[in-house]
Formats: sequence, C-alpha cells, structure tokens
Amino acid sequence: MTDRVPVLKIGDILLVSIQTDLEDQMVMDLQDDLSHRIVETNAKGVVIDISALEIVDSFVGRMLATNASISRILGAETIVVGMRPAVAMTLVELGLSLKGVRTALNLERGLRLLRRLTAAPADRA
Amino acid sequence: MKQYATGAPAETVAVTSSSDVVTARQMVRTLAQRSGLSLVHQTKLVTAASELGRNMLVYGGGGVVRAAPVSDEGRRGIFVEFTDEGPGIPDVELALTDGWTSGNGMGLGLSGAKRLVDEFEIESGPGGTTVRIVKWGR
Ligand SMILES: Nc1ncnc2c1ncn2[C@@H]1O[C@H](COP(=O)(O)OP(=O)(O)OP(=O)(O)O)[C@@H](O)[C@H]1O
Ligand SMILES: [Mg+2]
Repeated sequence: MTDRVPVLKIGDILLVSIQTDLEDQMVMDLQDDLSHRIVETNAKGVVIDISALEIVDSFVGRMLATNASISRILGAETIVVGMRPAVAMTLVELGLSLKGVRTALNLERGLRLLRRLTAAPADRA
Repeated sequence: MKQYATGAPAETVAVTSSSDVVTARQMVRTLAQRSGLSLVHQTKLVTAASELGRNMLVYGGGGVVRAAPVSDEGRRGIFVEFTDEGPGIPDVELALTDGWTSGNGMGLGLSGAKRLVDEFEIESGPGGTTVRIVKWGR
C-alpha cells in the first residue's frame, strides 16, 4: 500500500497540494481519486499545487494533462499552480507541452482564475 | 563515452519497484547537489534519471542504477548508469524517436532524457540494456 495524496474540498473547489516526491502508483491513484471526487462533490474547479515538486517527468506530466481533460468532461476546470521555473524549463526540453493544462503562478492567482472561469456565463467578462 | 575520473566511489540503487525509482532519483539529486550543479542542471538530470529508471523497471524488469561524481578538464559533473537484464531494445534509433512507444507511454522518455543531459549512450542487446548519461555543471 502506498500513501495517497489528499484531496481537500473547499466550497465547490477541490484542492490538491502535492507535498512529497510522487511514486508512479500515487500518481495513478490521484488521477482516480480526483475524477471520483469531482463527480461525488459536484466540484466546479480543481487546483493542483505542485510548488513542492522538484521534478515533473513524463509520467506526472501525462497525469496532469489527462486530469485536465477528464475534469473538463466532468464539468470542472483544473488549474495547475506553482510550477517551479527549473521544472518548467525541464518540461519543455523533455518535449512535454502540457497543452490543454491551465496554469497559474501561485495558489492565489489560480483561485482567482478559477473564479473567473467558473462564473456563470452571464457575468463572465 | 570517455572514461571520466570519478571523484568518489559509485553509489548504487537496485530498482525492483516504483519506490526504488524514487530512491534512485533522490540519490542522483544528492550527488548533483554535492557536486555544485545549478538547480536547473540538477532538475534536468534528475528528470532524465526518472525516465530512464522507469524504463528500466517497466521494460527491463528492473535493474541497477549506479551514479558517481566525475570530473574532466576542471569541469565537474555526474555520471549515471542504468543496467537491466531485460529483453533489450530491438531498434534503438526508433526507440529514440520522439513519440515512439511500444506500450502506452508518450514515447518521450528516451528522447527527452537524451536532450536533458550532455552525454548519452545506449548499449542494448538480447541480454539487456545499459544507458549511460553525464550531466556537467555549467
Ligand atoms: N530498458 C529498456 N528495455 C527494453 N526496452 C526499452 C527500454 N527502455 C525503453 N525501451 C523501449 O523504448 C520505447 C521508448 O521508450 P520511451 O521511454 O522513449 O517511451 P515510453 O516509455 O514508451 O513512454 P514515456 O516514457 O513517454 O512514458 C519503449 O516503449 C520501449 O519499447
Ligand atoms: Mg519511458
């Protein structure tokens, strides 16, 4: 049994703060947990904080991309926040574009972006 | 690849599970920090090690990661070797193509790892696969 990354519900948002170096099994479990929790809680948005992650390799990158697509189909927007500059530079060279993954510099900006994206269409700027 | 002078005895991690890949990654990170590699260089090296360690586990059935600090003409760097006794890679050139995968990966591990380091070498045959990489500081 490996540890699981906690998924916290705050209002209609799910917050995932990754605090440890991820084993592949934890990455797969997180992807499962998130899709279930989105449906279960009717969440409108997901914020994944990766500021503690020292690397993002193809496995984690794929999870972030897949999660963005799955959550969109389930009616929630995902924002990945806090990617370290060295990680971003490495991802590009690795060849991962993370197309379709919305990102924000930090948690505060991520939440602001999410609020804008999930606002009712009528009051959307 | 040249035989570089090593600054310390090699450290090894046997990889038989995905938690061992994490351990190997951490070993490489510690060595890179100790050798004074910049944060970006460390990140690139550890990411490459993660890809190659996972390949070794998934396709090679596990193996051994060996790492050591090396130096050459005043430069300091880290050498890492990944050895498995799996089925080998039938067509290395094809495997190094961006996007080529025999399974359901993204086919970025080998080609991406090669881009992230300064030196990269693969020896592969029916008896197994060995990948050697070096990342220099600065
Ligand atoms: N150690 C190995 N032993 C045998 N075959 C290997 C080994 N490493 C890589 N391969 C082969 O080379 C292919 C390409 O590897 P690469 O890491 O680039 O992509 P992937 O593992 O399929 O996907 P990704 O790494 O993007 O998730 C693999 O699909 C596999 O067939
Ligand atoms: Mg791979």
